[in-house]
Amino acid sequence: MIQVNNLTKTYNGVTVLNIGNLEIQQGESFGLVGNNGAGKTTFFSLLLDLIEPTSGFIKSNNIQVNKSEGWKPFTAAFLDETFLIGYLTPEEYFYFIGELRGQDKRAVDELLKKHEDFFNGEILNKKKYLRDLSKGNQKKVGIIATLIGNPEVIILDEPFANLDPTTQFRLKKIIKDLSDDKNVTILVSSHDLAHTTEVSTRIVAMHKGEVVKDIRTSAETLKELEEFFAV
Amino acid sequence: MKIFMIIAAVYFSIMFLAGGVLAYYGIKKETGQDPLVLVSRFMIYYTFADLLIRLFFQKIPIINIRPLITLPVKRSTIINFAIGKTIVSFFNFIHALFFVPFCVILIKEGYNPVGVVLWLLGIWAITYCNNLLNTLLTNKDSLFIGFIVLVFVLGGLQYYGYFDITTITGGFYYSFYSTYYMFIIPIVVLAFLWTVTFKYFYKNMYLDTGLKGKHDDAKTENYTWLNRFGTLGTFLKNDIKLIRRNKRSKTTVLMSVAFLFYGLLFFSSGIEMYQSPMMQMFAAIFVSGGFLFTFGQFVPSWDSAYYPLMMSQNIPYRDYIASKWWLVVIGTVISMILSVFYVYFGFAIYLSILVGAIYNIGVNSHLILLAGAFTKTPIDLASSRQAFGDKKAFNIQTFLLTLPKMLLPVVLYAIGYYLISPNAGLAFVAGAGILGFAFRNKMFTIIEKIYKKEKYKAINSYSQKN
Repeated sequence: MIQVNNLTKTYNGVTVLNIGNLEIQQGESFGLVGNNGAGKTTFFSLLLDLIEPTSGFIKSNNIQVNKSEGWKPFTAAFLDETFLIGYLTPEEYFYFIGELRGQDKRAVDELLKKHEDFFNGEILNKKKYLRDLSKGNQKKVGIIATLIGNPEVIILDEPFANLDPTTQFRLKKIIKDLSDDKNVTILVSSHDLAHTTEVSTRIVAMHKGEVVKDIRTSAETLKELEEFFAV
Repeated sequence: MKIFMIIAAVYFSIMFLAGGVLAYYGIKKETGQDPLVLVSRFMIYYTFADLLIRLFFQKIPIINIRPLITLPVKRSTIINFAIGKTIVSFFNFIHALFFVPFCVILIKEGYNPVGVVLWLLGIWAITYCNNLLNTLLTNKDSLFIGFIVLVFVLGGLQYYGYFDITTITGGFYYSFYSTYYMFIIPIVVLAFLWTVTFKYFYKNMYLDTGLKGKHDDAKTENYTWLNRFGTLGTFLKNDIKLIRRNKRSKTTVLMSVAFLFYGLLFFSSGIEMYQSPMMQMFAAIFVSGGFLFTFGQFVPSWDSAYYPLMMSQNIPYRDYIASKWWLVVIGTVISMILSVFYVYFGFAIYLSILVGAIYNIGVNSHLILLAGAFTKTPIDLASSRQAFGDKKAFNIQTFLLTLPKMLLPVVLYAIGYYLISPNAGLAFVAGAGILGFAFRNKMFTIIEKIYKKEKYKAINSYSQKN
């Protein structure tokens, strides 16, 4: 589904990302772990064509992302609060995204109903604009919005950060359900090794812009990762 | 942008300085009255004008208070620093350029030096009172509008000879000079205002009071009537919400209403300088272009807070640009309809406004989108969150940037007007507009290309707040 080819990103002579070759299969649940500055967000930003690669390219479903806009219809992402529109209420935001993705109000309502427990009664009909919600609640809105319109590629940057423990459990269930669908490729980055090993079928560890580990998740994965990061 | 600001600052400094130097002899020669008496008489309007200009333009320096509260710095020190910072502002300093030379000349002309110095002190205290009032009032739109109404009412009453406030206040301002004690009053007021400001900020320096920021009650609105316009409707819905729910954009739209009345200065034959045909064309462009210039100027910066979302969502650039184009065109058409009252000054004048609107829709709408791709100033829509933050929406830069876009139609009009006839001038401008409209698709393609090219830079600079 996603092919990375000799991708590098350099800022003022410092290479922050250098991935020679990486292929992510359709239906994979792909976990990206690494310390601060490892290049996780840079990679996702390149994948969404938000920054320009210094060299190399990424192909999503055989569409080179910095050449064509064709990847947009089947891709959904939530990286940070710049993916939210502060002056909208959560409902308006969901409908807006829905309309862009060709979903009518009813379909969006249905999806929201399905994830009612994820919102924990703190999002809908609260008479608040997104900008006035807490960080955690904003995140909930952003994550659910990526599910609108059944995208084939879902990208979530640090989805577990800022969430309360109950919501973390619920999010894990959502991601696992998604990864059961063989059409959906889901990419999740995290600092939390335990969460990532739980929801991902494949884990890539990055360090200073390079891929240092690439493992199929198994019973030993968490231990292996913990040993790697315990310096 | 910076360069415009500097030019404007230098220009105003020179004007004030020249005013200060020339005022004494000018008044003496023209009216034969005592210049000090006359200046004192009109000081009330000077004070009002100063306050209004401050409310519009003077920015309150942004100090991020939050991180300071927990540091070992006294609360009172932080507040005094915050207030004190407003004192070193161009808006205070510029008055010295007028009053100091004026006072020097007064002394030279044999006025009582002590009196003159006391007068200067009194006036000075009043400018600083305005400075503090600006900090206190900056958040209160109703008071602001109230001020404008008050000034116009007083000015009108005086103009038509019903009631002359300056006879009362003139004596008051003059008494700074004529007595040795009246100047204390503005100084006491200044001290009082400082205490009020201080107390206001002191009380509001907790996370759950002043630093919290207001939370408006939100209401979900669907504007379903816009659904029939497809993707375009989706964006328009969002833009309407953007305009209605953010202070910055609201003020911008208010400004464009002010543009609508700007033409009155030109067409009512009030000011002689504005009577030339070229100036009239200039005004015609302005009248319908208010929204285009004030709002359009900052497309796509209005979306800067969530630009990455816009750029990764399922939105082709072309639709995005087209929707913004429609928005400014709708704004222009509404202005054009509202400006129908200019018919009062003759149909020819309204015709020139219509022609101006055609030009705005055909040419300026594209130019403004094109320029927007290079503007890249992030707009912090939620700036009201900082208690001491910058709440001003309209700035001088916006205004100055529009001037070049006015020149071309004025030149076109002048060519037609002087070479053939006034109507040919109008035809030239309208023709340019229609031509621009006809090449709309071509223009969009060019704009789209530039937006794509500038995309990465835009995302990068939008992510750098402040």
